[in-house]
Amino acid sequence: MNTASKRIAASARNWVRKRDFYAGALMILLGSVAALTGPTYQLGTLMNMGPGFMPTALGVVLILLGVIMAGAAVATPEGEDEDILPNPEWRGWACILAGPVVFIVLGMIGGLIPATFGCVFVAAFGDREATLKNSALLSVAVSAFSVAVFHYLLQIPLPLLTWRGL
Amino acid sequence: MTATALADLWTGFGVALEPHNLMWCVLGVIVGNMVGVLPGMGPLATISILLPLTFGIQPVGAILMLAGILYGAQYGGAICSVLLNLPCHPPHAVTCLDGFPLTQQGKGGVALGLSVLGSFIGASWGITEMIFLAPVLVELALQFGPAEICSLMLLGLLAGSTLARGSPIKGVAMTVIGLLFGIVGTDVQTGIERLTFGIAHLYDGVELVALALGIFGIAEFMNSVNKVSNLNLTYSNVRLKDMRPTKAELKRALPAMFRGTLVGSLCSLIPGTGPTIASFIAYATEKKLSRTPDKFGTGMIEGVVGPETATHSSIQGDFIPTMSLGIPGDAVMALLLGALMIQGIVPGPQLIKEHPDIFWGLVASFWIGNILLVIMNVPLIGLWVKMLAIPYKYLFPSALFFVCIGVYAANNDMFQVGETIVFGIFGYVLLRLGFHPAPMLLGFVLGPRFEETFRRALLLSRGDITVFVTRPISAFFLAICVLLIGAQIYVRLKNRKAEGGPVPAAETGA
Repeated sequence: MNTASKRIAASARNWVRKRDFYAGALMILLGSVAALTGPTYQLGTLMNMGPGFMPTALGVVLILLGVIMAGAAVATPEGEDEDILPNPEWRGWACILAGPVVFIVLGMIGGLIPATFGCVFVAAFGDREATLKNSALLSVAVSAFSVAVFHYLLQIPLPLLTWRGL
Repeated sequence: MTATALADLWTGFGVALEPHNLMWCVLGVIVGNMVGVLPGMGPLATISILLPLTFGIQPVGAILMLAGILYGAQYGGAICSVLLNLPCHPPHAVTCLDGFPLTQQGKGGVALGLSVLGSFIGASWGITEMIFLAPVLVELALQFGPAEICSLMLLGLLAGSTLARGSPIKGVAMTVIGLLFGIVGTDVQTGIERLTFGIAHLYDGVELVALALGIFGIAEFMNSVNKVSNLNLTYSNVRLKDMRPTKAELKRALPAMFRGTLVGSLCSLIPGTGPTIASFIAYATEKKLSRTPDKFGTGMIEGVVGPETATHSSIQGDFIPTMSLGIPGDAVMALLLGALMIQGIVPGPQLIKEHPDIFWGLVASFWIGNILLVIMNVPLIGLWVKMLAIPYKYLFPSALFFVCIGVYAANNDMFQVGETIVFGIFGYVLLRLGFHPAPMLLGFVLGPRFEETFRRALLLSRGDITVFVTRPISAFFLAICVLLIGAQIYVRLKNRKAEGGPVPAAETGA
């Protein structure tokens, strides 16, 4: 009994290392959100379907798919498909996500020029070889292009340079 | 029948040759050609970025340009594969196998020249098919009731998600998530806010551009940052006179072009099998039919020309179900359809009758665009190759800015830039977990129409769900769905037996 429970524990440990386990879990999570929110919008009848029918049905399908996915991960041999986070690029990811955030913030308070410059400048540091000078040069070039094309040519309603405060 | 089609095509040329439409078409193919060469920038991301900028122009010009990006990129993709051994775009991955060895032997120019010729032949066939097949399909589809259309959509969604790259079950999951994203917002029939979680910005639904740029823009940058290495540009100097093939080479390549055309057009008739599958099948066909199959991979011209031709023939053919039935076969087609919908044009069988200028103008522009690409490709290869020297570290920050301004321009709303960030993170998590998020777009674009026809079908049948199997045409579509799933399971089980493990089966399930 002891060995049996040990083996189950070992295979469970093995299971939670699989990529497909997490893939399935994510689908089950998203499916549950839909399947639990759906019924709050009236399911209706088959003849006169309510707005809640589709989300609920899709949620249930997604949960089923997630269960199959996660279940299939049990059958994967040990050591395979386990690298969920190989060579993380934290710096790259952070800079790429920070770029649009900077764009939103500076775009709202300062206008197109600071938004463009800031977005490109921050994103450029996602590369490991980025230098201050190169990033600044790139940002200036893209900003100039952006002003010419998006402000003058396409007339996007974002002021070039203002101060709106927060 | 033929006469009316040709007369319509004639008017189409009139539309496509109007100066402003011609300008958009030329702009589209040039931009497409350029991004086709650049690694890390695909037609999907480019079309999504430029999509908001087309809101202000006429629908005809918009669709001409966006479609031009798609097929222009295919010509560029071949350059990248043959000269640099870089499979930047999935349909051209297989071209590297024999294309790059040819380049190393100093025959890269010939390989490119012949693949341009083959591409033109393949595309021409695809366009011809569209001219004659689309009106017939429309006649057929106009007889369909909601039950038939609903089953057909289900077939399209299923084929698009299971036959694409990666594991079929993950593909279906992506489509379902796309359908759910399509539900977000105010329900048209009852006015109830669904899945908005109280966020007022979501009452109008998820923005197509934000979703597309999140999963194909930001997620892709996160995937490739610090991974794209410097390129080997030693062989990339191609001149016009290098591209002229000898008689013997032409004689070897011509049959491969015709076989590629055939493979491509067959693939485009099966919903869901896009250009990538067509090019792989074409390569396998060439290898099988060759007298020297073991020489493939060392620079066989057939292995370059066949797949390239198939890609182009299949891409043009993919427009047939998209434009005539309103059912896109893959994510790019879904995006183009989404572009039309934003312009207020309802896709479906009535599109050709209601907007003949769009359909026939598009068909005519295909020919104009393809001829332009053949002419331009030669002098522009040098320029594109120079652009390749732009390192990724400069490319992705600039592209990221284009993503931001593109999403902002869609509705002049900063909230949607934030939406894009969220979809970017979500898309990257999905990529990491082994999903290919492209089918999500398919579900998203088709979702609202799918739900509406489903509801209507059941209303008309007075709640009788058997309507889908009792009506013969609908039953036929559902039978194909079942066959499709059955075949996937069969292939999986067979592979598992043959290879002794389910993991490779999941990858070859495509």
